[in-house]
Order: sequence, then structure tokens, then C-alpha cells
Amino acid sequence: MKTTILLFALILFTGLLTLQAQEQNEALTILEKVDRNLSAQNRIFESSMTIHGRRTSRTITSKSWSRGEKEALTEYLSPASEAGTKMLKLEDQLWIYTPSADRTIQISGHMLRQSVMGSDLSYEDMMDDRKLTEVYSAEVVARDTLGGERVVVLQLTARRGDVAYPVQKMWIDAEKFVPLRQEMYARSGQLLKRVDLFEVRRIQDRWFPTRMVYRDMLKTGGGTEFTVSSIVFDTQIPEHIFSKASLR
Amino acid sequence: MIVVSLGALLTVFLYSWVKGVMGDSIEMSSNFDTGDVKVVTRAYARQADQYPNDLAILGVDTLLEALKAGFPDMDWAPRIRFGALADFPDSLGETRGQGPVAGWAVDLLGEGSREPERFNLPAAIVRGRMPESRGEVLLAENLASRFDAGPGDSFTLFGTTMEGGFTFVNYTIAGTVRFGATGLDRGAVLMDLQDARAAFAMEDAAGEILGFLPVFHYDDRMAQEVVSRFQAGAGSGDGISGQDQEYAPVMITLGRQAGMAEMLVYAEAISGMLIFLFVLAMSIVLWNAGLLGGLRRYTEFGIRIALGEDKGHIYRSLLWEALVIGSIGSILGTFVGVVFVYIFHHVGFNFSSMMQQASMLIPGIMRPAITPAIYYIGFIPGVLSMLLGNALAGRGIYKRQTSRLFNELEV
Repeated sequence: MKTTILLFALILFTGLLTLQAQEQNEALTILEKVDRNLSAQNRIFESSMTIHGRRTSRTITSKSWSRGEKEALTEYLSPASEAGTKMLKLEDQLWIYTPSADRTIQISGHMLRQSVMGSDLSYEDMMDDRKLTEVYSAEVVARDTLGGERVVVLQLTARRGDVAYPVQKMWIDAEKFVPLRQEMYARSGQLLKRVDLFEVRRIQDRWFPTRMVYRDMLKTGGGTEFTVSSIVFDTQIPEHIFSKASLR
Repeated sequence: MIVVSLGALLTVFLYSWVKGVMGDSIEMSSNFDTGDVKVVTRAYARQADQYPNDLAILGVDTLLEALKAGFPDMDWAPRIRFGALADFPDSLGETRGQGPVAGWAVDLLGEGSREPERFNLPAAIVRGRMPESRGEVLLAENLASRFDAGPGDSFTLFGTTMEGGFTFVNYTIAGTVRFGATGLDRGAVLMDLQDARAAFAMEDAAGEILGFLPVFHYDDRMAQEVVSRFQAGAGSGDGISGQDQEYAPVMITLGRQAGMAEMLVYAEAISGMLIFLFVLAMSIVLWNAGLLGGLRRYTEFGIRIALGEDKGHIYRSLLWEALVIGSIGSILGTFVGVVFVYIFHHVGFNFSSMMQQASMLIPGIMRPAITPAIYYIGFIPGVLSMLLGNALAGRGIYKRQTSRLFNELEV
């Protein structure tokens, strides 16, 4: 009898371990598919960002060029007060140029955590373009539906210290492998930001969400709506774009 | 009588001095931060410690006119508080160094503005001069030194407009100042209100409007009366009546602003204790004077008793004399004390030459306060102590026995 119980416990334990390993493998596979959809060698896109403040809403349009995860240039196109302002990211450094002051200013340290133009995005949010699989380990924590779509809920835990959000929860479309919702948490477990992603479209050979609503949970505004109006992946971008000379 | 007069004079002067110094510490908070009353939007008031300029008052000019009409005796000062990044360029215009700054935008250039005086400017200027034109600012000396910047140098202020957009504005350092508080000296900037309005897209807007009562030191009852009248409609203007209630202006007294109620109680308690101790000490001195005066007249009382004068009459006459001397001495002492208080209140004691480093938060000139109490406080030691001292000394009158009296008087 004792031997039977021991054998049963062993089978159960092994089964659980196998199940856990399978789930981790599944989570990693899902995350890799998400990376394939969201990451690219380079891309050029135009977008509008509508910031719903506590009192007013304002829309800013911009054009961005990015290469890999370390180089990006954004030029603000409107409104007139912001037009001509450029932001350049090279490695882990960020510069902003504004024609009104004719100055190039480097943003560093804690300033990177500040809001960009009063939006719910920080400079860090805009700069961090690393593949999720490079930064996080994942596990499947639930299967659910969201907005009528079947989703797999992944819990991501940072494997490195240089991340803005040590823990994330991600609702991933089980068919298109695009996140439909993201929740970013501090190490303490406090919810810092929530992103809802909509209008997933087939662009070139990937699925890509073209409308995102960011909400900084520590702010009282109405969130920031980020809409991609056009995007091109893996195209040729001239070398000079990613140099400080392109700022002026 | 001279002793009583001196005692009353010292009591009056030191009372008003203690009140003045304590009142100055409250006044400093009023000048820098709270005003005697402050007008902000309801939403701003809830997060006032963050200076949320996106919740600032709009239609400030209309509101200011209404406030000036409703409360003509008061001085109203719109201000903008902000946080930003000061970026110091090298010769090529690249970032040489940068640091966060806390900023005050006040009416520095307006004709007849009392704001420079409230900030103890230009006494607190370490290098350079006061701003004389738009685009010139004052910077904390420590911040300027840290980035090897000084008068004539330029820097860029990088901040956020009222709507949340970027703002980059180049300013010239007109002078550097010492605030006298470590946090502010590490990074603070003082600029003209119009410059800040242009930089932060706050035309006809202000984060707060500070109101200053026409009294030297903060008067909570008077401030509350102003708030009551404002709530009843005085000074609230027509231009803001259509605004969303969330952004409607509300008026708050200094005593109702964060941490100030405790500070008022603390200042009141400290000044009360100091005044009590001083009046007590002075009372003991004058009581002792009265006591000694009574005892010196021991022989006189003996003769008067021997001549058949009633003991009660002698005692009452002693008290009357004490009352008259105390009253005349107190009136004289109070008069001279009040004159001194008025003179020094007007002129002030200038300690700045004794201080190695004058700063905005440590006023170089201190003044005694003029309050109703200076007209009667001198009578406490002057009259009451004299009466008490003589009353105690006079108790001996009733203990004198006629049989021993002749022996004492060697008759």
C-alpha cells in the first residue's frame, strides 16, 4: 500500500513538473511570437498622440525612424508649438532639440522617468524597445477572453535589473500573438501603468496593434491615446538619420 | 516711580519685540508661499504641494480686478510655481551640466510691485543685480556655482507647459541669490511672471493669487473675514462664474494651508511663554520694589499709629499711593515704550551687517510688532505688582502693638 502511495505521489510530482515545464515553454514560445510581431530590424512610422489631460485634450503628430532597439529619431510635426522638436535616442542616451531655443539638451538619470509632453508615457517607455524575451521570463497564469478574443495571460518577470517595470502582466491574443492589454507593476506590486491595444492589423507579414491607450495609474488624467497612422517595417533608413547632426 | 516707568517701558518693548520676531517667521511663510490668503482653483488646492499648473486659474486679469475692487485695502499678487530642468550649455551649445530647479515666477518688473521686497530682494543678491528686463532671472548661488555659471551667462529652462507640451526657453542670469534653505539653494530660480507665462503657455493664467492683508503681521481673524466675504461673492468677479466648479477659484487663509495651523499654534505658544516669563520676572522686580518701599516706611507707619491714625486708613492710603505711583509710572513707561516701538517698527533693527550671509529666508531687518496689547501690557507689572508688593509690606501695620510701639520708637 505504502509503495503504491509513494508511486502515485512520484507520478503526480513528475506530472506537475512536466506540466510546469510545458507551460513555461509555451509562455516562451508565445513571447517569441509576440516579439516577431512587434520587433523589427528597423521601421518608419507616423503617429498621433492624443493626451487627455484633466482639463483639455491635445493631439501631437510625429514621424519616427528606428533601427534595432538602440537607435531612434522622432520629429514632432504638429501642433505648431511643438513642430520641429526632435528626440534622438542613441544606445541609452536621449537628446532633445527644440528650434525655439535652438538647443540640444541631453535627458538622463531620473528625468527619463518624467512624462513626455504631459502624456502617460515616460521617456523610458519610449526608449525601451528591447525584445521581451531578452528581458523577461514568462509563465502562463490564465486563459481568458478579452474584447471577444481568446487570450493567454502571461506574467512576465524581469531577468535583469535595468528595466522600468520589474513585473508585467500581458493579455495576448491566442491567435494573432499580439498583446491586447498590458499591466506594468513596480517591484512592490503596485500597478504603475496599463495599456490597452486595439485595431490589430496585418502589416507586411505581421500583426500589429495600431491604436494603444496608455494610462499612468499614478496620474488622474484621462489617459493617452497613441495611434499609428502609417508604418513600414524593415526598410532602408539613411545612416545620417541616427546622428546628432540630424537634430538641427 | 522711575523704576516702575522703566519696568513698564521694558515690558512694552520686549513684548512687542517677541511678537515681532515670531510674527516675522509667519510673515516669511506668507511672503514666500502662502500669502495671508491664497486664491487657487479647487482642483489645484487638493494637490497644492505639487504645483499642478495644468489646474491653474484662468482669466486671472478679470479675477484680479474683481479682487482689487472687492478688497481694495489688500495687495494681490499672482504667481506661478513650477519645477523644471536647468540646462547649462558649453561653447558649442551642448549640455555641459543640468539640474532640477524649483521656480517662482512673480511680478519682478512691474511698476510699484512689492514682490521684490517680499522676497527680501535685492539684499539677498550675492552676485550681479536684479533683473531689469524680460528674459533675465535670478538663480540660486549654489546652483550657479555648481555649474560654474554667473551673471551674464545663459542657460535653458526645460519644462512643461500648462497643457503638458515641451517648453525650452533660454534665460540670462541677472544675478545669483542666497535663499537660506538648503533645498532651495541647491536649485531654485526666480523669474518675472510675464516670462513664466510666455514659457509655460499661461497667458492670463496663474497657479495662485496671493492676498496680503493691510497689517504688518498675519491676523487670522481678519483673513477668515476676507474668506467669508469672498465666499459670499465679494471679489469673485463675473468672468469666472461660468467655470466648471472643479476649476472655480477658492480662497484659503494662511492658517488653513498645509502645516501652517501647527506653525501658528507653535509661534503663539512660544511667544506666549516668552512673554509670560518676562512679565513674571518684571512683576517680581516691581513687586519687590513695592515691598521694599513699604518696609522703608515702617517707622513712618509707627509714628502715624502712635498719633492715633487708624491702621485701616494707613493701609488703604498705602495702597492708594501704590496705585497712583504704579499708574503714573506705567503710563509714563507705556508712553515711552510705545513711542520706541513705533520708531523701531518704522526704522527696524538692521542686523544684516552682523550676518555674514544675508539670505531671502533670513530677513536682515527685524521690527517690533504693534499690537493692541502694547497699550496695556506694561500695567501688569507696573500697577498690579506695585499694589501686591505694597499690600504685602503693609500687612505689618496690623501686627504693630501699641505697647511695643513706644519702645520701638524710643519714646
